[in-house]
Amino acid sequence: MTMTDKLFREGALLPVLTVVLSIIVIWYAGSIRLNSPQLIDRYEKNGLDWTFAELAFDAWEMERPVLPSPHQVGIELKKTVIDKPFTSKRSLVYHAGITLSSSLLGFALGALLGIGLAVGIVYVSTLDRSLMPWIIASQTIPILALAPMIIVVLGSIGITGLFPKSVISMYLCFFPVVVGMVKGLRSPEPILIDQMRTYSASATQIFFKLRLPSSIPFLFASLKVAVALSVVGAIVAELPTGGQGGLGARLLSGSYYGQITMIWAALIVASLVSASLVAFIGIMERIALRRLNGGQAALG
Amino acid sequence: MSLDTDQNEIVVQVDNLSLEFTTSDGPVHALSDINLDIRSGEFISLIGPSGCGKTTLLRVIADLETHSAGDIRINGVSPADARRQRAYGYVFQAPALYPWRTVRKNVMLPLEIMGLPRADQQERAARYLEMVNLTGFENKYPWQLSGGMQQRVSIARALSVEPDLLLMDEPFGALDEITRDHLNQQLLDLWRKTGKTVVFVTHSIPEAVFLSTRVVVMSPRPGKIIDVIPCVFDKDRTLDVRETPAFLEVAHRVREGLKAGHSYDDD
Repeated sequence: MTMTDKLFREGALLPVLTVVLSIIVIWYAGSIRLNSPQLIDRYEKNGLDWTFAELAFDAWEMERPVLPSPHQVGIELKKTVIDKPFTSKRSLVYHAGITLSSSLLGFALGALLGIGLAVGIVYVSTLDRSLMPWIIASQTIPILALAPMIIVVLGSIGITGLFPKSVISMYLCFFPVVVGMVKGLRSPEPILIDQMRTYSASATQIFFKLRLPSSIPFLFASLKVAVALSVVGAIVAELPTGGQGGLGARLLSGSYYGQITMIWAALIVASLVSASLVAFIGIMERIALRRLNGGQAALG
Repeated sequence: MSLDTDQNEIVVQVDNLSLEFTTSDGPVHALSDINLDIRSGEFISLIGPSGCGKTTLLRVIADLETHSAGDIRINGVSPADARRQRAYGYVFQAPALYPWRTVRKNVMLPLEIMGLPRADQQERAARYLEMVNLTGFENKYPWQLSGGMQQRVSIARALSVEPDLLLMDEPFGALDEITRDHLNQQLLDLWRKTGKTVVFVTHSIPEAVFLSTRVVVMSPRPGKIIDVIPCVFDKDRTLDVRETPAFLEVAHRVREGLKAGHSYDDD
């Protein structure tokens, strides 16, 4: 079943298109509203007469708009995604690649850390009491404040490049994984744990044969949140390291040079990267849950 | 009345056993001064209203609960040692099957844990699934089976460990009466064929009397034994035995025992 079949069959296409169209309409309208003060100023300074149609047209074609119109962003995307070779420093694909690699490394590290901590919390009651408050506290620190410090500290001991950025992704990623995995590892019903006891199963056997498989649905729900956060983490990490590239660096240089359209193009590429990662985890989830339910389609 | 198991060795020996839970409302006497000897080859039913401790007693035998006073021996050793020796198979109220395992792999689960060679695991799974008439369903998943079939898989799984003692906690409680009758007949055949010792917890008088060599009637608050009633019926009995006067007489005595234990009181 292809994606379009599915969209049609479940009647999801029409609502999705309606939302997309509404967003574009609101966007065009917003672009007139936000760009018009500048334009009207200019008209009045030059003593020009203007109609609403002219205002709208000028608002959508401004060189340095407050809110660029959708087609301007589209043209910028075409220029930076399709027209430039992928290896060019002006190609958004090149920058997306940098961001993607550090998010994926951070995601992998965060998922491993999260699973490891969850296992510790479930099996060691002192860890449950001592670790959980710190894990929650860790997420109350604004990542924007923490990111430059991590970069600087790691940089001062000679660690630069991909890894420090991944650390920031990891910092955001591990949290949903810990919370989901703790819940998942504790999800087997008491009767199943009792049953394992009647078999005199070892703790390792209970973990691999019962707790781990039972936690898979919870793990995937967490991984979807985590993978989106990993992109956020990578972009935030690229802001203080501006010169080295990545979508975060593009956002920063866009705002330095007042290139609002460039910022929007980078934002859209960033959200496409996140969305494809979440969709990829979603596909893996479907496959995993189908196996977990003995070939029966997963619920939801 | 004498039973042909009277001379067999004692499998489960319970002496003055008590169990207290501490709750926020004070201590609860789940079991009080229980004395019971279960001999090899017997089929013992524990019957009584909710809260009489019948499941708790079964769980103490299985080392899933620990008693607070008295003594209990399984084959002469403590329940914990018996559990470690895998001396019993336990069938729970729910089938407790793993949805991600096929029927065969579900039966193989305890065998994997015991570390049996793979060929033996498969041979035993096939043999015990045949014993519960589930040959041909090995590659199905639990959701593809009816409730009665799922519970039969669970019985095959308990048997696959090849224990001499089978502990069953209301295994047919969630099933409809027709399925239950059918499985009662099958269980009786199985018990005859294998000669295992069975301890069976139930709410149903006809089920208890039909299956058992002795019915143990229990009453709540505190959980204690009111009466132990021998049921001596023809070994080859079928469900029709339930219509006979002898059967009805035993069933009546069970009901009298329950009445004496205030099981029918409103409170």
